[in-house]
Amino acid sequence: MNRGILLSLQILVAAATLVVWYLASATTIFGDPKTIAFFFGDPVSVIKRIWVWFSGGTIWYHLGITLTEAVLAFVIGAVGGVVFGFWFARKPLLAAVFDPYVKAANALPRVVLAPIFALWFGLGIWSKVALGVTLVFFIVFFNVYQGVKEVSPTVLNNARMLGMNERQLLRHIYMPSALSWVFSSLHTSVGFAVVGAVVGEYLGSAAGLGYLIHQAEGVFDVVGVFAGMFVLMGFVLVVDGIVTVVERRLLAWRGGNG
Amino acid sequence: MAEGSSAAVRLRGVEIGFDLANGGRFDAVAATDLAVGDHEFVAIVGPTGCGKSTLLNVAAGLLKPSAGTVEIFGRPLNDINRQAGYLFQQDALMPWKTAIENVAIGLEVAGVRSREARERAREWLARVGLGAFADRYPQMLSGGQRKRVGLAQVLIRDPKLLLMDEPFGPLDAQTRLIMGDLLLKLWSEDRKAVMFVTHDLDEAIALSDRVVIMSAGPQSRIIGDFAVPLERPRDVGEIRHDPRFNALHREIWDALRDQVMAAYRDTSGAPAA
Ligand SMILES: Nc1ncnc2c1ncn2[C@@H]1O[C@H](COP(=O)(O)OP(=O)(O)OP(=O)(O)O)[C@@H](O)[C@H]1O
Ligand SMILES: [Mg+2]
Repeated sequence: MNRGILLSLQILVAAATLVVWYLASATTIFGDPKTIAFFFGDPVSVIKRIWVWFSGGTIWYHLGITLTEAVLAFVIGAVGGVVFGFWFARKPLLAAVFDPYVKAANALPRVVLAPIFALWFGLGIWSKVALGVTLVFFIVFFNVYQGVKEVSPTVLNNARMLGMNERQLLRHIYMPSALSWVFSSLHTSVGFAVVGAVVGEYLGSAAGLGYLIHQAEGVFDVVGVFAGMFVLMGFVLVVDGIVTVVERRLLAWRGGNG
Repeated sequence: MAEGSSAAVRLRGVEIGFDLANGGRFDAVAATDLAVGDHEFVAIVGPTGCGKSTLLNVAAGLLKPSAGTVEIFGRPLNDINRQAGYLFQQDALMPWKTAIENVAIGLEVAGVRSREARERAREWLARVGLGAFADRYPQMLSGGQRKRVGLAQVLIRDPKLLLMDEPFGPLDAQTRLIMGDLLLKLWSEDRKAVMFVTHDLDEAIALSDRVVIMSAGPQSRIIGDFAVPLERPRDVGEIRHDPRFNALHREIWDALRDQVMAAYRDTSGAPAA
C-alpha cells in the first residue's frame, strides 16, 4: 500500500478516537458527560495539559530522566547479556550447571524486585536502571546464546578452511551471528528498557514519566494521568522509530522487505 | 595415478564410521585407497549417501578417519588441511558479509592489508563474472551467483589442492555448462590438484582426467577408476558429442548402474530392477 494513504488512515484512527472521546465527555450522546469526564477526562483538557507541560518546559526534565534511565538500562543489560551469552555458549558445562538458576531468575516477576532495588540503590535513577537491566539482560543473553549455538556448521567449517584461527572465528563468525540475533530482538529489549524505567519510577521516585503519572493518580487528576500516558506513548513511538532505522542499517544483509 | 610421493592426496586404508545417537555405529566408508596426483583433476561419482562428502571432509582435515592414513603432498594430515580450498555442497558464504567481503576475507585473515585484499577480491569477482555484484549480500544473489562467489572465495587464496563437493549441484543444466567452462578456464591457468564430487556422470567425464566411482553405502568402496583420454582444452557442452565420450560414458555407466539401483532399493524399499 502507498505510504501516504497508510499514514492518512493511521491519523484517521487517532482523529476518530479523539472525536468519540470528545463527544462522550462533552455531549449526552453516550450518557452523562460529567461522569464520563470524571473517569476518562476530556480530550481538550488533556491536550491543553500536554501543551502546558511542553510550553512550560517542565516535561523535558521528566522525559530526560526517563530516557537516561532507559538508555543506561539498555546499554548495561545488553553488554552484560552479550558477555554472559558468549561465555555460556562457549562453555557447555557452565551453561548446564547454571541452566535452572538462569531460568528461575528470568521467571521472577520484576515488580517484586522494585522495592529491593529501591532499598539497595536508593530512590534516584539507579534503582530504575537496575530494574530495566534485569529485563534487558535476559533477552539479550538468550539471543546471544542462541546466535552462537545456531551458527551454520558449514559456514563455520568454511571459515576454518579459509584459514581463520579461534580469535578470527569469534570476530567474523560467532560475533556477527550472535549480534544479528540481538539486533532482531532490539524492539523487544529497548521496549523493556523503557518499561523498567517507567515501572520503577511509578513505584517510587521523584522524577520521570512514571512519577508524573503516579503523582496525578494520587490526587485523582484523571486529566494528568491521561496526559502522562499520551506523552509516554509518543515517547515510545519515537524510540521505536529510531530502533527501526538502526535495525534497517544493521541487518541490511538479511535483505527482504527491510 | 602412478605410485610416487608427489601425490596431492593419498588415502591409505581409510575407513570412516559414525557413532550414532542410539549407541550404534554406522560404517559409511570401508577401507579405501585413493591417490590424486599433483595437477590432476579427479572426479568422484557415486550414488547418493555413499560417502562422497565424507571422503572430502577427511581430505580437508575436518573429519578424522576411524582407520587408515591421509597424506597431503607427502605429509601426514593431522589438523585442518592448510593446502586445500574447499567448496562445500551447502551454502557456506558468510551471510553478513557482502560478496567482496566474503572473497577478501581469506586474504585478510592471512595478514594481507585490507585495501590490497579488496582490490584482489574485486579482480576475482570480475573473473567469475560478478564484477557488478561486489556489494550484494549472499541473500540477494542467485544460487549460481553464490556458487561463483564461493569459487572466487576459495581460489583467491591460491590453494594447491581444490576440494569441490557438487559445486554446481542445485543449478539448472545451462548454468552448469557455463560454470563448467568457467571452472576449466580458471583451472587451466595453473592446474591445481582437484577432487571434484558430482552425481552427474556427464559432468564428471567432461571436466576430469580421471573418474572414480564408489559403491552404494554403507561400507562403500571405490569400485572403478577410469582415465579420461580426451584432450584439453575442452568445451564442456561440445565434448558430449564426441564418440569417445559416449563410449566411456557407456562403460562407466555399466559399472555405476547397479550401485545406483542398490542405493535406490535400500532407501525406497522398491524391488530390485
Ligand atoms: N555425522 C554423521 N553421523 C552419522 N551418519 C553420517 C554422518 N555424516 C554422514 N553420515 C552418513 O554417511 C553416509 C555418507 O554421507 P555423505 O554425506 O558423505 O554422502 P554423499 O555421498 O555426499 O551423498 P550426497 O550425494 O547425497 O551428498 C550417509 O549414509 C550418511 O547418512
Ligand atoms: Mg554429499
